[in-house]
Amino acid sequence: MSTEARDTAPTETPEDRYLAMQRSPEFGKLRKSFRGFVFPMTVAFFVWYALYVILSAYARDFMSIRIGGSHINVALIFGLLQFVSTFLIAWLYARYASQKVDPLADEIHAELGEVSPDEGPRG
Amino acid sequence: MRVLAAEAATGGSTARTLTIILFLVFVAFTLAITVWASRQTKTATDFYAGGRSFSGFQNGMAIGGDYMSAASFLGIAGIIALNGYDGFLYSIGFLVAWLVALLLVAELLRNSGRYTMADVLAFRMRQKPVRTAAAVSTITVSIFYLLAQMVGAGALVALLLGIKPGSTFMGMDANAAKIATIVLVGALMIIYVTVGGMKGTTYVQIVKAFLLMTGALLMTILVLAVFKFNLSSLLGDAAQSSGKGEAFLEPGLRYGVEVAGNATQTFYNKMDLLSLGIALVLGTAGLPHILIRFYTVPTARAARKSVLWAIGIIGTFYLFTLALGFGAAALVGSQAITAQDRAGNTAAPQLAAELGRRFLGGEVGSATLLAIIAAVAFATILAVVAGLTLASSSSLAHDFYANVIKDGQASERQEVNVARISALVIGAVAILLSIFAQNLNVAFLVALAFAVAASGNLPAILYSLFWKRFNTSGAVWAIYGGLISAVVLVFFSPVVSGSATAMFSKSDWQWFPLSNPGLISIPFGFFCGWLGTVLSKERDDAKYAELEVRSLTGSGAH
Repeated sequence: MSTEARDTAPTETPEDRYLAMQRSPEFGKLRKSFRGFVFPMTVAFFVWYALYVILSAYARDFMSIRIGGSHINVALIFGLLQFVSTFLIAWLYARYASQKVDPLADEIHAELGEVSPDEGPRG
Repeated sequence: MRVLAAEAATGGSTARTLTIILFLVFVAFTLAITVWASRQTKTATDFYAGGRSFSGFQNGMAIGGDYMSAASFLGIAGIIALNGYDGFLYSIGFLVAWLVALLLVAELLRNSGRYTMADVLAFRMRQKPVRTAAAVSTITVSIFYLLAQMVGAGALVALLLGIKPGSTFMGMDANAAKIATIVLVGALMIIYVTVGGMKGTTYVQIVKAFLLMTGALLMTILVLAVFKFNLSSLLGDAAQSSGKGEAFLEPGLRYGVEVAGNATQTFYNKMDLLSLGIALVLGTAGLPHILIRFYTVPTARAARKSVLWAIGIIGTFYLFTLALGFGAAALVGSQAITAQDRAGNTAAPQLAAELGRRFLGGEVGSATLLAIIAAVAFATILAVVAGLTLASSSSLAHDFYANVIKDGQASERQEVNVARISALVIGAVAILLSIFAQNLNVAFLVALAFAVAASGNLPAILYSLFWKRFNTSGAVWAIYGGLISAVVLVFFSPVVSGSATAMFSKSDWQWFPLSNPGLISIPFGFFCGWLGTVLSKERDDAKYAELEVRSLTGSGAH
């Protein structure tokens, strides 16, 4: 590892700084606010999608119920609701991230100062 | 109504000439962009990541152009046209998959990586084994995907240009025209990538996304207009002319088929449906050619924006596919479609011809719209294969050459030169393999690419980003375990041998009952990643701290 930031005190390597930052309460708050949204939401959309696939495989009678005498059935509505939920989750995430996560990330980023990208790990 | 096969001579040659002219316009325009882009490409960052200069919207369009392949446009429309509702499952899986990319991958990857998927995987690991595994997986996935696209292009051209068995076009029979198309598509993608790099490729993808969305929107509006914007009457007509009645609008004609009196086969068919569903939704966020697109924007927030745009664009497109598929079923009819192509890949172009006849008038109108949609289909294929070639050559140069062979000591210039040579080699290999496979049924390769991405790449990426204990051995095990299990299971599945529609339909070494390996190989990939990790003592908490802080804050991002 040749990582060495330009503006740090000689005794403190960026590794130390990252380790200290990772253990700080403010970073804990950022991690919690990020994971607190994306993990439950991932579980939610995955279960919702799995339900759709499972019903397509095993609940054909239910999926073929027609809505009000039209040719539109539960299967089509269910499929379209997957579109609606995807758009909705995307929108909710964008709103949540910009309001709750980004400000916390910005604070920490500013505190860490600029670490030159060229000094990062090989790659 | 044999639209393409037996149209009036004037209509046929008009369509053919117009298709070729429009296609040449597209090629000339994209080559001009490519040359322009090559002048802006000076550094490795320019070549691999388009200088990270694209906006969220531009990248969202390019993601759409990279992602919506011939399998999406022609394939889904064809499956819906012939099998009704079941084609919709692909649309839904392909779309919902983007939530994995949005929530768990895009921003973190953008913050912690530089050019390739392996930058993140190898961040806190020993470079050589992880980068080698990532390069192997990237190239395998990309080649599978490339083959499906290029063989599809070859099959399409004979149909779109109306070359029937026994007749010739510019002195070529159908077989020669196929080979010529594969070589042409291959040559163009090599030029886009070697000359234009990521910048050129991105603009090709943006232009294609615009053309595809416009073409699909136009056709959707025309289809709906035929049915006076009454969705129910479109569905009713489609069901009626399919000859399958309401079952055409319900799941079960193609996937999860219930075989009367054969409970075992029914069970396998339903498992196969679940297996396909899970591979579709988990594959996208592990596709290397999609992942490298997140590096083309300046920040993680721009990456987020680009995924939001991509979800909007891709979702809208997949809604159009409903109208295209059911429209083709209602207005063209399954008989006319299967007469052209048994897999239904010509349903969308045939629908265009029919809509042109109704709205623009006569054979000339029919020929005009057919030509436009045919040109859009070729643009679609070109943009996707360019993205795939770029992803695999980037990985070969950046991961394998620079970091494995040269120990990270290669200069930028050497690296980019190797990337260009790699694109040439991979392109040539893809051309040769496609010519060899041109008469085989390789449509399953797209689903296989998704399965490999979900089984090998996704576990490695998620463990890397979220699991402190994860290490070199875990990453290597996850990638090889997922990759090998998916490929081996497919090799012994009914899509490769032992069934009438198999790739090698005359042989039979099949023992795995499912066509899609995901149900087994995805959990197996995650399991391998866990097992490999706990069997190794390696653990680097400091590097994980760096990765975690950087990925969440953008500190030190490239």
